[in-house]
Amino acid sequence: MIRVQAEDFDVGAELASLSEGNHGIGGIGVFVGLVRDMAGDDKIGALTLEHYPGMTERKLEEIEAEARRRWPLEACLIVHRYGRLEPGDRIVFVATASAHRDAALESCRFLIDWLKTEAPFWKLEETPDGGKWVDARDSDNKAKERWVK
Amino acid sequence: MKLLYFAWLRTRIGMAEEIVDPPSEVTTVGTLVDWLKTRGPGFAEALKDPSVVRVAVNHDYVKADHPVRPGDEIALFPPVTGG
Repeated sequence: MIRVQAEDFDVGAELASLSEGNHGIGGIGVFVGLVRDMAGDDKIGALTLEHYPGMTERKLEEIEAEARRRWPLEACLIVHRYGRLEPGDRIVFVATASAHRDAALESCRFLIDWLKTEAPFWKLEETPDGGKWVDARDSDNKAKERWVK
Repeated sequence: MKLLYFAWLRTRIGMAEEIVDPPSEVTTVGTLVDWLKTRGPGFAEALKDPSVVRVAVNHDYVKADHPVRPGDEIALFPPVTGG
């Protein structure tokens, strides 16, 4: 399942509902992305996440479907926020549940790597010099390339 | 066709979306971008480096040779930075 929302999410509640009633789940892999207060040497006051409604949901659904093709997942949830977020705020939540830990942990890593280069979100950072659009990072493309086959 | 602009392409071009009726030689993403660049300094500046412009037609990533048709929703945006 995927959700794109402005509101915060409760990690504990999301995890509890993900595995509720499914005793075939032996483990859950989780990634929670947070807003940092620094970008390079710049102090960040906040950031605003812009996205492309419609395409965002479509790409996240495709990414989830690809993970389910590659690993035997019992459950999967991606939550991505948009709007203005401050340091310490949660941005993204990825959780993958499977019978065994390898599938859960590997697919979680796959989803966040893939999402970073495919899902149409853009970060605008508030710096002392004004708003600054974040550049895509080569390391993110390299992280995704690990999964290309 | 409907055009959408995001992130710094939106701010440089100066609008988020518009409906356009391009000339008949615009048949692909590449010829669309070439035509857009002639529409003013904001467009020329925003689209000058094709290596940092991604294009999606009807919510799918496409390359420069992809056809464009009346009725398409075409989005232009920089490489994504979510997550």
